[in-house]
Amino acid sequence: MKKRLTSTIAIAMIFAAFTSCNNSGKTNGQSGALSSNVAEKVYVAPGEYDEFYAFISGGYSGNLTVYGLPSGRMFKEIPVFSQFPTSGYGYSEETKPMLNTSHGFIPWGDSHHPDISQTAGEIDGRFIFINENNTPRIAKIDLKTFETTEIIEVPNSAGNHSSSFVTENTEYVVAGTRFSVPIPQRDMPIKEYKGNFQGALSFISVAPETGNMDIKFQVLMPGFNYDLSHPGRGKSHGWFFFTTYNTEEASTLLEVNASQNDKDFIAAVNWKKIEEYVNNGGGTMMPADYAHNVYDEHTHTATSTMKKEVRVVNPSEVPGAVYFLPTPKSPHGCDVDPSGEYIVGNGKLSANLTVHSFTKMLAAIEGEKFDGEAYGIPILKFEDVLAGSVEQPGLGPLHTEFDGKGNAYTTFFISSEVVKWKLGTWEVIDRKPTYYSVGHLTIPGGNSGKPQGKYMFAMNKITKDRYLPTGPEMEHSAQLYDISGDKMELLLDFPTHGEPHYAAAMRADLIKERSQKIYDLEDNKHPYAAKSDDDTKVVRKGNEVHIYMTTIRSHFSPDNIEGIKLGDKVYFHVTNLEQDFDVPHGFAVLGQNTSELLIMPGQTKTSVWEPTKVGVWPFYCTDFCSALHQEMQGYIRVSAANANTPLIWSMGEDIE
Amino acid sequence: MDFSLSPLSFNAKNIKYHRLRIMKKQNIIMIVAALLPLGLFLFPLWRITLEAPQYPTPLAMNIHVNDFSDVHPHDIKNINLMNHYVGMQYIPEAIPEFKIFPTGILITSFIGLLIGWKGNYKWFLGWFILMLVLSAAGMYDFYLWEHDYGHNLDPKAIMKFTNKDGTVMGFQPPLFGTKDILNFKAHSYPQFGALFLGLGIASGFLAYFVGKKNKSTA
Repeated sequence: MKKRLTSTIAIAMIFAAFTSCNNSGKTNGQSGALSSNVAEKVYVAPGEYDEFYAFISGGYSGNLTVYGLPSGRMFKEIPVFSQFPTSGYGYSEETKPMLNTSHGFIPWGDSHHPDISQTAGEIDGRFIFINENNTPRIAKIDLKTFETTEIIEVPNSAGNHSSSFVTENTEYVVAGTRFSVPIPQRDMPIKEYKGNFQGALSFISVAPETGNMDIKFQVLMPGFNYDLSHPGRGKSHGWFFFTTYNTEEASTLLEVNASQNDKDFIAAVNWKKIEEYVNNGGGTMMPADYAHNVYDEHTHTATSTMKKEVRVVNPSEVPGAVYFLPTPKSPHGCDVDPSGEYIVGNGKLSANLTVHSFTKMLAAIEGEKFDGEAYGIPILKFEDVLAGSVEQPGLGPLHTEFDGKGNAYTTFFISSEVVKWKLGTWEVIDRKPTYYSVGHLTIPGGNSGKPQGKYMFAMNKITKDRYLPTGPEMEHSAQLYDISGDKMELLLDFPTHGEPHYAAAMRADLIKERSQKIYDLEDNKHPYAAKSDDDTKVVRKGNEVHIYMTTIRSHFSPDNIEGIKLGDKVYFHVTNLEQDFDVPHGFAVLGQNTSELLIMPGQTKTSVWEPTKVGVWPFYCTDFCSALHQEMQGYIRVSAANANTPLIWSMGEDIE
Repeated sequence: MDFSLSPLSFNAKNIKYHRLRIMKKQNIIMIVAALLPLGLFLFPLWRITLEAPQYPTPLAMNIHVNDFSDVHPHDIKNINLMNHYVGMQYIPEAIPEFKIFPTGILITSFIGLLIGWKGNYKWFLGWFILMLVLSAAGMYDFYLWEHDYGHNLDPKAIMKFTNKDGTVMGFQPPLFGTKDILNFKAHSYPQFGALFLGLGIASGFLAYFVGKKNKSTA
């Protein structure tokens, strides 16, 4: 054996020597030309724009980052589920309600799968949705302002992982649970999991005009783990598919105990049928406790409402609503091809990649060819629904995306590669390594009927030696590939922020045109806004002091304030009077126990300060706003609690 | 048929008709000339544009006969913000000219229509000269305003600049053309309204010219 290996290597080396001898000049020339060609493909000249936006989840950063492709440049981090001191999100009085939950204020989240809104099966670039995994929530980001404008908590869910994917007209954004839990939550022994825990699949309706979210219904499924999901589209529009693992219903040492069954399931949910059932009064309202947080861009303020009930549906009571498709070995990704015919179950412990056929599934349901049932849900026969399988394409398949030209691209975590294969013939066309251990991959237009298949990028879990070292903790790496040809071509390696799980990407034009430059000051309906220097004032209400303050290049008004006493709660309501693109002002006061404020033109934000020391404390603009930024400052005088300092304020004159 | 003779019998009549038509032509031109300046109420007269590296979309202000307007939303506010650094006054919401200019245009258009109707081509020259004088006066007024705007600076200005000869630097935009002012490149060019006015004035002269030519040939 060893001998054979050695001789093989020897032959290979001789062969290599030969080829390099014969073509040395040519090869060098080629690689030179080739590499410069690659550089050109990702080079976006100064001042020019990228062709695509990529919205990459920040994972445990709780946020969403915005990148340009093909350059791999990061443009923005959008705060979603985590406090963000850079802008004051989650610190300012206006945005604190965004992070309210039934468990109280939560400063952090684990964001996972962004998905862009769609119209008629095509990405429309209006909103982007993203799920919070830990304390289940779904957020909506308005792509006009690139701000989080709505967050809804998902009750009865735990580990909100098979989320947040939208149906082809954004009728629903869907959130499935990873953990099954007691529903309703109660005090019970963990070992009584089996048969008692349930998994909720939540269908959150999205209002067509406003995008407002509301939980329409939750399907209470057997106590499996619902891992990932995708909507049917085209012919399979009206269905939703969820991968499951732990159909063993184990509650401990899942790495072993949940890996015993030869096959788990893909749950096929006919949501149109359940919607009809619910519209006819089906299902039951059960008590629940969940927060619905909405940001109003006119008042620049979020409100949090606690909701008290949710409609739940027992799937066994809705005939034809849910079926199980046996799928080998703890499938992870559940991906539907652009035509809606093929449902790929990425069996992460399986040697082969399983693809189901929607048409065959319908036929099997029609023929009632069931292989038993689980908790009243019919199980279809594996052979009856199987479209085909890709034989031994790699190790540890996780996720598949499509280029819209009949090809699929699957990531393999263990063998650290992306494999391109053909739908229908199931043949492997190409494979390229990733660096290292790839999780998700994204093709712009991914979850839609019309992928924009020019690039694909792989988001990796392990970075190791890809960049200059930065100590033990490193940002994760991503690789961009050109997929316009038969073979994939690695173009670029770029770091991402946080732990990118998934990304949504699309052509830039639609979003670029609509991106807002400023907030109109005229439209500012914030109750504490000062829309001109004349509106500025300081008002005391007991021990609360409200400062109606304005900023404009390059001063605060008022900038001298006296009469604050220890024990006061001082509200700085700062309105940015600027109406010019990209002229924010910042606000920070010495000893502030919260973050700065970064206020966009036309916006009002509020910071609360409870001074703890007598003195004269400075405040200043934190954003280098103008040539006189350094002069943009002021003083606030804090007197003893029993002092008689009158409440006075001014700007441009000395306080008497 | 004898074609050569038959028109002769109508010759005198034809000539008269022909003359009538020519007289009408110059009057029509005069009426058009009198109407054209009304385009100033539809289109801006002038535009001042300020370009700087930080303003990939330049700041610009349209000057109408009765208003200053933003070219892009909030441009005037942002021009004021820029200008306060060097102590320039705010561009006023309204100036007396916004009442004088429209009245002047309405009166001259009315006069133009009247003489166009009355039909003595010599008056057309008078109208033409009147318009030239008034336009020149308007431009001079504009220059005076610009000069004041660019030189009457707040003594407490944040930034003060001097010319090489030691005099205080002014920031007057050009009357016509392009000029560098500190980090800005200022452009000052007529707009559609001015074109209407110019065409109106030129048409007034044309009406006179056609009338005069017609008289000499007659």
